[in-house]
Amino acid sequence: MTDWKGRGVKSGFDASGGLAGHFTNTGTSSFTDFLSAAAPSLLPGRRTLPTSPAAAPGRPAPIDAPHATTIVALSFADGVVMAGDRRATMGNLIASRDIEKVHAADQYSLVGIAGTAGVGMELIRLFQVELEHYEKIEGIMLSLDGKANRLATMIRNNLGAALQGLAVIPIYAGFDLDASDQAKAGRVFSFDVAGGVYEETGYEGIGSGSLFAKAALKRLHRPGLSRDEAVRAALEALYDAADEDTATGGPDLVRRIFPVVMTATAAGTDRLPDEQTAVIATSIVDARRA
Amino acid sequence: MAMQFYTSPEQIMRDRSEYARKGVSRGRGVVVITCADGVLFVAENPSTALHKVSEIYDRIGFAAVGRYNEYENLRSAGVRMADLRGYSYARRDVTARALANAYSATLGAIFQEQTKPFEVELCIAEVAHSAADDELYRLTYDGSITDEPGYVAMGGQAEAMGSVLKADHRDDLALADALVLGVKALGSVGGEAGAPRQLGATALEVAILDRRKTGRAFRRITGPALSTLLPPAPAEPEPEA
Repeated sequence: MTDWKGRGVKSGFDASGGLAGHFTNTGTSSFTDFLSAAAPSLLPGRRTLPTSPAAAPGRPAPIDAPHATTIVALSFADGVVMAGDRRATMGNLIASRDIEKVHAADQYSLVGIAGTAGVGMELIRLFQVELEHYEKIEGIMLSLDGKANRLATMIRNNLGAALQGLAVIPIYAGFDLDASDQAKAGRVFSFDVAGGVYEETGYEGIGSGSLFAKAALKRLHRPGLSRDEAVRAALEALYDAADEDTATGGPDLVRRIFPVVMTATAAGTDRLPDEQTAVIATSIVDARRA
Repeated sequence: MAMQFYTSPEQIMRDRSEYARKGVSRGRGVVVITCADGVLFVAENPSTALHKVSEIYDRIGFAAVGRYNEYENLRSAGVRMADLRGYSYARRDVTARALANAYSATLGAIFQEQTKPFEVELCIAEVAHSAADDELYRLTYDGSITDEPGYVAMGGQAEAMGSVLKADHRDDLALADALVLGVKALGSVGGEAGAPRQLGATALEVAILDRRKTGRAFRRITGPALSTLLPPAPAEPEPEA
């Protein structure tokens, strides 16, 4: 007698085209865990990087891939704001002027990435599927802490690639549906390359210009900001970062390219329309014009 | 030497079919209806935690009757397949047709190779931009698959429920009307001496694949939202003296 569960080939599809093997195994609600059994080649952390003869023995050749730069996130009265500039750089060159580094992770949270853009985008996509997958299988959403820990695990799995020059650092912020105090429902998490996850009080920045962005936010952030004040603070911080850091792009008034600004509140995630961001960014530039 | 009994393949298949059909017909019903607002799922299910109707992907929903552990296993396999496809290709490349084919192959293999077939019946629905393009696939325990236009009724006495739906179903039904029709179909069977039953909000599990929504179209309709859509319950008839 054939066990129909055991008939699956490695990819999980059996000869009859049905769902077998890994698809019907019970136990996990995690898409990453499922992928690691069914299709491990699709996981970013599982790849071995080739070494080149030009590099030092045993070390991989440095890869010149586009790098994503500054993202800021801060809490306000109703939730969180996350904003990112639009530049990606490759060495001294601008690789992209309109890259989008801030995305909705799910209905109530936002994720942004700094570091190797290709790996970062892949991680965001995997993280989005991970959260949706859990929600569909279990019938309920993960808690905000659960989501942050899940993201940390993904970064930890990328440590090998990070040591070889393909590091990615995310920033995660969301509206905590389980918060007892509504004023503290907007929460911001930062991560380190080894997979450490740290909850920040109020604000955080990542990427090459984050030092300057955080200095600006330290001055501008206070608990209980309104949404408009928080959006403006985020854009001011990005402007300061672009002012000091060559890898961070300022508002591009010529091409009309402005930072991506997203919010997460009890009503869900929302991306500010470009026209609205343009007005705020332009007024910041005007205010600074001597 | 022990005597080898011969059983004809027809007999084996007939026995398995009968067994599976019995299992399915014991369950409470589910109806799936296309309407102007999307694809509506109405299930008779008093539990709020153990679902008969679920989301598979952006525009694809799943409804099942029969043995819970069996269809729950198939449901998670479907979610995994859909998410794997969407992740490796693109979200638009996840289709109800591919999913229904995979279910069909799986159920067919189990029916032929296992001693005990799955006692389930499934409906995979995909909502389109117009009701005429909605896809409803009905899958039975032996892997048979049919593409049903407009509505699907599953569970015990599915034919009787289907005839209620057939009489009143139109593609341009409003959500509330489609819900009333679905509840009427579910209530038309299982009553004492053939009398129709009144099903209240607490006995129902309702969800919709919203036609106008972009992204994830599946939405459960529960609590007050459901009560307002249902007609007010008629007053209890006076007990006869």
